[in-house]
Amino acid sequence: MALTTHAAEPVGGTGGLPAGSAAQRTRRRRLGLPPMTAKLATGLIISGAILLFGLLGPFVVQDPTRVDDIGLTGPSSAHLMGTTQTGQDVLAQLAYATRGSLTIGAIVGVLTLLLSGFFGVVGAYAGGWVDEVFSLFTNIMLVIPGLPLVIVISSYVPDKSLWLVALVLSLTGWAGSARVLRGYTLSLRNRDYVLASRVAGEKRWRILTVEILPNLIPLLASQMVFAVIFAILGEAGLSYLGLGASGSISWGTMLYYAQNGLALRLGAWWWFVPPGLLLALFGAALSLINFSIDEIINPKLRNQTRAARRSWLMSRKQLETAKEATL
Amino acid sequence: MTTLTAEHLVKNYHLRRGLRGGTLRAVDDVSFTLEPGRTVALVGQSGSGKSTIAKLLLQLERPTAGRILIDGEPVQRRGGGLSRYRRTVQMVFQDPFASLNPYHTVEHHLERPIRLHQPKLSRDEVHRRVLHLLERVRLTPTENVAARRPHQLSGGQRQRVAIARALAPGPGVLIADEPVSMLDVSIRLGVLNLLATLQREEDLGVLYITHDLATARHFADEILVMYRGRIVERGDADEVILRPRHEYTKTLAAAAPNPERRLSELRGG
Repeated sequence: MALTTHAAEPVGGTGGLPAGSAAQRTRRRRLGLPPMTAKLATGLIISGAILLFGLLGPFVVQDPTRVDDIGLTGPSSAHLMGTTQTGQDVLAQLAYATRGSLTIGAIVGVLTLLLSGFFGVVGAYAGGWVDEVFSLFTNIMLVIPGLPLVIVISSYVPDKSLWLVALVLSLTGWAGSARVLRGYTLSLRNRDYVLASRVAGEKRWRILTVEILPNLIPLLASQMVFAVIFAILGEAGLSYLGLGASGSISWGTMLYYAQNGLALRLGAWWWFVPPGLLLALFGAALSLINFSIDEIINPKLRNQTRAARRSWLMSRKQLETAKEATL
Repeated sequence: MTTLTAEHLVKNYHLRRGLRGGTLRAVDDVSFTLEPGRTVALVGQSGSGKSTIAKLLLQLERPTAGRILIDGEPVQRRGGGLSRYRRTVQMVFQDPFASLNPYHTVEHHLERPIRLHQPKLSRDEVHRRVLHLLERVRLTPTENVAARRPHQLSGGQRQRVAIARALAPGPGVLIADEPVSMLDVSIRLGVLNLLATLQREEDLGVLYITHDLATARHFADEILVMYRGRIVERGDADEVILRPRHEYTKTLAAAAPNPERRLSELRGG
């Protein structure tokens, strides 16, 4: 038995790569984290920068609502990103807008995670009529057209808070990921290791939380990232139509006011490019993170670089010892 | 000392084919007894109902008709009775690559059954038992193996972990569902010998489910041959293999590779 134990030692660790990076890679894998690729790093850096801007920006910029009589002016030392038609500082608006959009994204992300997790995972695991009812409900929610419903609700309620918009967006957005989660849970609940823990005498809720849920984490993470993108874009769309939360500042409301103020026709690029760019960049960054998570769920997407493949080869010394062992 | 008896077990599955429904009888009137220290082999082709019997005995499925008795008492299906049953009847699954949770360490897999069935043990005590179990299935160095995750072990090592997990509650009956069919030929004998040794040490009653007549004859005292949900032949292991009476058993025996017969054919032809 000693021989097989020896053979099962991870060979990559002693390969041609420096020991530090190999050890680090093994640790990341053990924690279930995606390998640090250029894609993931780019996504993390961009979204991290935007996140920091949204968190800390509002503390250092001017008051975004202060009206000045200088009117529409380009970038200057007093206003780094210029001003709007009413002389409001664009940089200040951008900082508050980032905070507003990210708040919506975070709220919707968490709510979607909870809703889709409950209806997708719990339903599929419980099985029987619970699953039938949950999945019927999910399917109904799935075919309700999202944007028209959101517009109807938004125009019906006169004084909308940020929370109401977030709630509406998550109510119309959770069904898709619930179906994805249900499918995956259905396959997990009949895996042998789940049966084995039933045979061992585990309680049902413990099987769900300890045996099944950890294996769903990558999927949950990617669904949540998608929900955040969906929410931020959805809120921007609503605000652009003038149906967003009243009194809030977000990337969408900035674009809305820029459109109203004829920014495009007046060539005031400093007014509409920053929020549009941040919106596109943040969406792209989250998608990049999502692709990296997808590679854990579906190893077929992993593209092995030449360097990684080279590390599978045995070194000359390993080959010699292997030869001795077989002789 | 546990005796597990199956009496006239029947299991029907309902099939849905469009609007019409159908019934598939996976297990049809099967009875047998598992006694301490004895091995019963259940032999049959794929789809003959072997694994369904395992699921019925483990209470993962409910029989349509028939009874399962433990020490002469009908088994209980919930509460403390089910918990006691889980302690006495354990299982080794077919596929060691699927039966261990990829997310958890070997220690977790062995620790849970110990904790479930002996909740009063201290943390150190549980850890010591885990190491002892690993030692009994010859996975050394034990501390090292306990900290590993399934993907860091070979197929044979994983199956040993699965055996250790089945032994963790201290069962009286072990159901082994094709325990070596997914393993490399070179390590099958090692795992089977380990099972046989542990059986002798613990005086376990073993139901060995397989489609391999040779290992069934080698390890079992009694052989049941299953065909389409029914037991078509049963008896002493050597008797069934050497003097098969039922047509299906003869076909099964003839299908097994037999180098001597082949050699004589070659010489003759």
